[in-house]
Amino acid sequence: MDRKKITIDGNEAAAYVGYHNSEVIAIYPITPSSGMGELSDAWAAQGEKNIWGTIPKVSELQSEGGASGAVHGALQSGALTTTFTASQGLLLMIPNMYKIAGELTPAVFHVSARSLAASALSIFGDHSDVMAARQTGFAMLASGSVQEVMDLASVAHRATLESRIPFLHFFDGFRSSHEVNKIEQLSVQDLKMMIDDSFVIEHRKRALSPDNPFIRGTAQNPDVFFQGRETVNRFYDAAPDVVQSAMDKLFEITGRQYHLFDYIGAPDAKRVVILMGSGAETAEETVNYMTERMEEKVGIIKVRLYRPFSKKHLLQALPKTVEKIAVLDRTKEPGSIGEPLYQDVVTALNEAMDNGEAEFAMPKVIGGRYGLSSKEFTPAMVKAVFDELKKDKPKNHFTVGINDDVTFTSLDFDPNFITEGDDVKCSMFYGLGADGTVGANKNSIKIIGEETENYAQGYFVYDSKKSGSTTVSHLRFGKSPIKSSYLIQSADFVGCHQFNLLEKFDVLEKVKEGGTFLLNSPYGKDEVWDKLPKSVQETIIDKKLNFYVIDGYDVAKKSGMGARINTIMQTCFFAISGILPKDEAIAQIKNAIKKTYGAKGEAIVKKNFEAVDHTLEHLVKIDVPSSVTSEFELPPIVSDKAPDYVKETLAMMMKGKGDDVPVSQMPIDGTFPSATTRWEKRNIALQVPEWDPEVCIQCGKCAMVCPHASIRIKAYDKKYTENVPETFKWTEAIGKEYDGLAYTIQVAVEDCTGCELCVEVCPAKNKRETGLKAINMVPQIPLREKERVNYDYFLDIPEFDRTQIKVNTIKGSQLLEPLFEYSGACSGCGETPYVKLVSQLFGDRAIIANATGCSSIYGGNLPTTPWAKNKEGRGPAWSNSLFEDNAEFGFGMRLSIDKQNEYAKELLVSLKDKIGVQLVESILAAEQKSEADIYEQRERVTELKSILEKIEGDEATNLKAIADYLVKKSVWIMGGDGWAYDIGYGGLDHVLAQGKNVNILVLDTEVYSNTGGQMSKATGLGAVAKFAAAGKPTGKKDLGMMAMSYGNVYVAQIAMGSNDTQTLRAILEAEAYDGPSLIIAYSHCIAHGINMAKGMDQQKLAVDSGYWPLYRYNPENIKEGKNPLKLDSKPPKIKLEDYIYTETRYKMLTKSHPAIAKELLKAAQETVVKKWKLYEQMANFDYSIAAKEKDEAN
Amino acid sequence: MDLSTTYLGLKLKNPVVPSASPLSQTVDGVKSMEDAGASAVVVYSLFEEQISHESGELDHYLSYGTESYAEATSYFPETEDYNMGPYEYLDHIANLKKACNIPIIGSLNGVSQGGWIQYAKSIQDAGADALELNIYYIPTDLNLTGSEIETMYIDTLTEIKKNLKIPVAVKLSPFFSSMANMAKRLDHAGADGLVLFNRFYQPDFDLEKLEVVPNLVLSTNWEMRLPLRWISILYGKIKASLAATSGIHSHQDVIKIMMAGGDVAMVCSELLMNGINRIPQIIDGMKTWMEENEYESIEQMKGSMSQKAVAEPAAFERANYMKTLQSFKILP
Repeated sequence: MDRKKITIDGNEAAAYVGYHNSEVIAIYPITPSSGMGELSDAWAAQGEKNIWGTIPKVSELQSEGGASGAVHGALQSGALTTTFTASQGLLLMIPNMYKIAGELTPAVFHVSARSLAASALSIFGDHSDVMAARQTGFAMLASGSVQEVMDLASVAHRATLESRIPFLHFFDGFRSSHEVNKIEQLSVQDLKMMIDDSFVIEHRKRALSPDNPFIRGTAQNPDVFFQGRETVNRFYDAAPDVVQSAMDKLFEITGRQYHLFDYIGAPDAKRVVILMGSGAETAEETVNYMTERMEEKVGIIKVRLYRPFSKKHLLQALPKTVEKIAVLDRTKEPGSIGEPLYQDVVTALNEAMDNGEAEFAMPKVIGGRYGLSSKEFTPAMVKAVFDELKKDKPKNHFTVGINDDVTFTSLDFDPNFITEGDDVKCSMFYGLGADGTVGANKNSIKIIGEETENYAQGYFVYDSKKSGSTTVSHLRFGKSPIKSSYLIQSADFVGCHQFNLLEKFDVLEKVKEGGTFLLNSPYGKDEVWDKLPKSVQETIIDKKLNFYVIDGYDVAKKSGMGARINTIMQTCFFAISGILPKDEAIAQIKNAIKKTYGAKGEAIVKKNFEAVDHTLEHLVKIDVPSSVTSEFELPPIVSDKAPDYVKETLAMMMKGKGDDVPVSQMPIDGTFPSATTRWEKRNIALQVPEWDPEVCIQCGKCAMVCPHASIRIKAYDKKYTENVPETFKWTEAIGKEYDGLAYTIQVAVEDCTGCELCVEVCPAKNKRETGLKAINMVPQIPLREKERVNYDYFLDIPEFDRTQIKVNTIKGSQLLEPLFEYSGACSGCGETPYVKLVSQLFGDRAIIANATGCSSIYGGNLPTTPWAKNKEGRGPAWSNSLFEDNAEFGFGMRLSIDKQNEYAKELLVSLKDKIGVQLVESILAAEQKSEADIYEQRERVTELKSILEKIEGDEATNLKAIADYLVKKSVWIMGGDGWAYDIGYGGLDHVLAQGKNVNILVLDTEVYSNTGGQMSKATGLGAVAKFAAAGKPTGKKDLGMMAMSYGNVYVAQIAMGSNDTQTLRAILEAEAYDGPSLIIAYSHCIAHGINMAKGMDQQKLAVDSGYWPLYRYNPENIKEGKNPLKLDSKPPKIKLEDYIYTETRYKMLTKSHPAIAKELLKAAQETVVKKWKLYEQMANFDYSIAAKEKDEAN
Repeated sequence: MDLSTTYLGLKLKNPVVPSASPLSQTVDGVKSMEDAGASAVVVYSLFEEQISHESGELDHYLSYGTESYAEATSYFPETEDYNMGPYEYLDHIANLKKACNIPIIGSLNGVSQGGWIQYAKSIQDAGADALELNIYYIPTDLNLTGSEIETMYIDTLTEIKKNLKIPVAVKLSPFFSSMANMAKRLDHAGADGLVLFNRFYQPDFDLEKLEVVPNLVLSTNWEMRLPLRWISILYGKIKASLAATSGIHSHQDVIKIMMAGGDVAMVCSELLMNGINRIPQIIDGMKTWMEENEYESIEQMKGSMSQKAVAEPAAFERANYMKTLQSFKILP
């Protein structure tokens, strides 16, 4: 049977099989598995049926713990059920996995295996998560390629029903989950043939039913529990053969034969490597190369079924000639005698030897680790392992792929050992996220894979910033299936879609001699050569490259494409690479355009067509001169002034050479220095704001809204204006408290992302030209050098004395130094202005617990991090624990601080006489309510420490260690709505109920932004989000109202774009309140589908419509007989639709589901009105009577 | 008494036709205008820019920020079908046709010969009895000549007429160097009717915010003078039907338009200001006036005061201007 060939990624392959074999799918987003849930949800919304002809029910839960509970419940009630997850998500499922397995329940969990957070979080792939679940009783089946994902997923669904053992089907996160590859699709009929319905019926018969009642899930005692656990043994004994028979069934259907352990290599191999997952694909390619071209006696075993581990099948697979084995694990178990697969193999062989079951003598077995967190695993590394096995005393417990210069575990490898053959064409593309390069390449792979005989593979590497991020696409195509599960080592074609990337990366590092280089250049045929950096010219000449140039942006502009050069560069690639005849290529590109954009309207298709048509006439081949003419050397990655650690280690990561950082340069416990983003000058803005002091009214709003702290304000002594840099600007400060001072608003043009929020919010207009304001966007490049000097000068001007600032005014607050700067957040981010404001107000005494999500990524993703410190060396201390436990994490911080403060006070009292009564009493009595109070307390503590130096004894030593806790600390618990409303709500609620002084800031974007916009309980009624493709049918959870019900929780709902003063007041009051505080901050977001420059306007619309009422609930007011709730916004003054239909998340529903949109709009509008009335009534309750009664009672 | 008239070849029971306005956004709105006595309704306009803008906007925001970051390669669910373009409008036309018995005139507001022209056919296919083509164009380009603009109008009309069976009226602005010639050219290009004139909403300045702001001012009665003059001039000289729009607020206004030679008088501001029940009042007013003045039918009065029919044709020309100036008397 000729099956359909499709070009998809691993997630889609797994989801396709899981979806079609299920009736219930319980999901929760987590990278890199989210795509599986998203596809399932989308298919269900489109009415796609499973193999039994019915549409599965897809439901999002509040956490993976919840999802696994729902899976358990669905299974117990007889439905065929699946879920998708990874990493920490899988950990949260473990309790239910024990239950599901203990009850012998057929189910398949598809897992895109990912690192577990240890000293750091990583979203990338390895087997840490699945190995942490190997003890649950789930069978574990590993896939190494996209084709295998589809095939073995189907094997898992068959085998689980027959064996009654639940299956964890896993494949490597990103490398397999996100790799796009051409595969043969199993038809729905094939999938149906794989399932024996009699086992389905059996499953249903075992389900809970009041028509046939029984109980399951009893509690047992020491007398029988043990025996009960031993009842399942025979099912595990039988399972390997069941899996093999499922693999044989698949072979019958498809002709592709899998075994529990697949051996590849020389039949008489002496050295064998055993591994599983995508690394086995690279190992296979390497072994084929070594046996065919080097005549080496080597082989590999690909482990498919890891649990139950079948000794018998392993022995059958190993060649009888084997003498040495290296077992590779993609995980680390610190303190173990070896990683899990290694230990299993050693045990299996030992048992076999003991029992005389092997036909060979006990081989030498070594184990090693590779590929943690998607670390590259290349043929050179595989060869290094085989080379190590050659040695008389090969290193055991080795690592490969890194340089371990501390404990010397690592194997050396030769990076020049390359196995990519000439039959595979390799192309690399450097682009920006914003220019559409990846999307175009995904299209190209589909065209090549589905419209030609070629096999094709694509893999995409993104950087860790959410704004101005660079992407590198790796495309391979050739006549045979492509197994190389590593980045391209030697490229036939390199496309650089952004001219300035030539200054940041060695884009030609991997290009072959005689290869092709395509450059998107603003410079034409005659000027481009002289504009290239020297090293680029050298490489072009030395490697004899064919050099092509196009001004993609010019073509895009002429075709109405704006900054999207994707179609243009794609057309160039096809034209140059010659993979298809020109006319056919153009026809196929146009077909792809129709498929991609057709649904969005004819106009889009038309302009893309125009772009294709205009491209070829602008593509030119450059006659490469024979000599280098450029004097331009690449600038250093970081300034010379940077600290050594930044220069030596972080800079390596910044230039894409992080793989070369040795173990010795990494911290042992995940601790990194603060304030490192300031050394990473990204220069990503094409336009930046420029200050016009003549027009400026010095309100401070521009600095307040700046998401990246790239606009700074200082009022300072005029003596600093005497020798200023040539273009440095200043003016007279306005306001009596700033009398006689100079005033400057300075833009950090190299750190600015060009979002324009500042310009939008600026209230001052130029009277001579009303289109201009006090801050205006201008091109960055002409300003860059001068403003760099100006900014350096500005930073050296002393900060305004914190103790003298009126922090409760916008103007005053913006004189405070931001201690959160230049983060990797999206350009125009709606969260970071709040985060930065907190850092300004309390940063020098703040400790921050940050839930996993956008804020932990822009707050803590290497190479550089934004949490900073002031000249005194103080600044926010920041940490991220998990997604689900952040409130508790921050609560623990509070307990710890309070305890140490209490102990310090106890010691003070105890040492009173030695320290001095007056000092002790003044420290103990300090109220620390204002900046000035805190300054004074710090002075006292400094004095205390110096006195303690002279006092002997344990008490003095202990007090010295914790004396800083005598100065008030501000505990902040920050995170997004996914955390606060969903996965972390239980903990958040508990912490609110404890009455401790913590400040909780919920950055409410109303979706899971970090994982790509999945619905949360904060999502508004009628909004479209992932998992809510047809609009969210239920209303937003009123988190504030729930918190107010405690009565002793300070609660505020804020929106900076609507009322910045209310925002500031709420944050100040929340921090001042000696109890739990909850601030819910409207955070506009890229996932709303808005013009981010207008983010603050959207906030205003949300408030004006009544959707987002501003309020402060301050329990302190109750004591004074006042109503604690104060509404800070006016009754709805615009219709809800005038707000929500300015955002794509709502508007798109009117295009995709117009009838539903109408209904939901009506319901949403009614909800707004009702809720407003309720709040209004609450704000009008008379609390004076209760207070009076209380007084009288007293 | 016979109030009937013929417009765009459609036999109408009276000449009072509500023009394109928000009143026609709902089926109920149109139905109540029908019940009030309107003889036909011009449905609110489908805007060319709206169609292409929505399409571009949707594409932009759905793809904005995608494929930039490993954890979030997109931000919205994949949706295969969008009702882009005029579907909502077309459904509305179809629903109006089901609900009403009076002719439903679709309205397309645009300026170029882009793909939107196909929407004219879609409006026809949705069941509209006629199409009003509202060419609303502000030529701000200093290099664009008047004749180029005129050609653009003609080309757009020609293109649309090629594919349409239903009659097409063209709603025009008065700002042509030679209005009469322009009317003739449109007539020759196949216009079944001319709607005189489009009101250009002039923007205003907000002195507080120093911003240019859109500002809709409803018409006043004197604005009717312009269509009144041009209908008078054109009556009997071109084949196309003539409709007056702008400033028609009372039964007297309708009667004047009829006498000038108009086939229908379109009302909008009056209904927005004073409600739909002004339709029966206007119709009753006409009847009473006709009775009192012994007119039997609209046909009888149609064109009776056109330039061709009046005693002093120069009244519509330069001579009238001199008279007007001379008639102004400074109060003592």
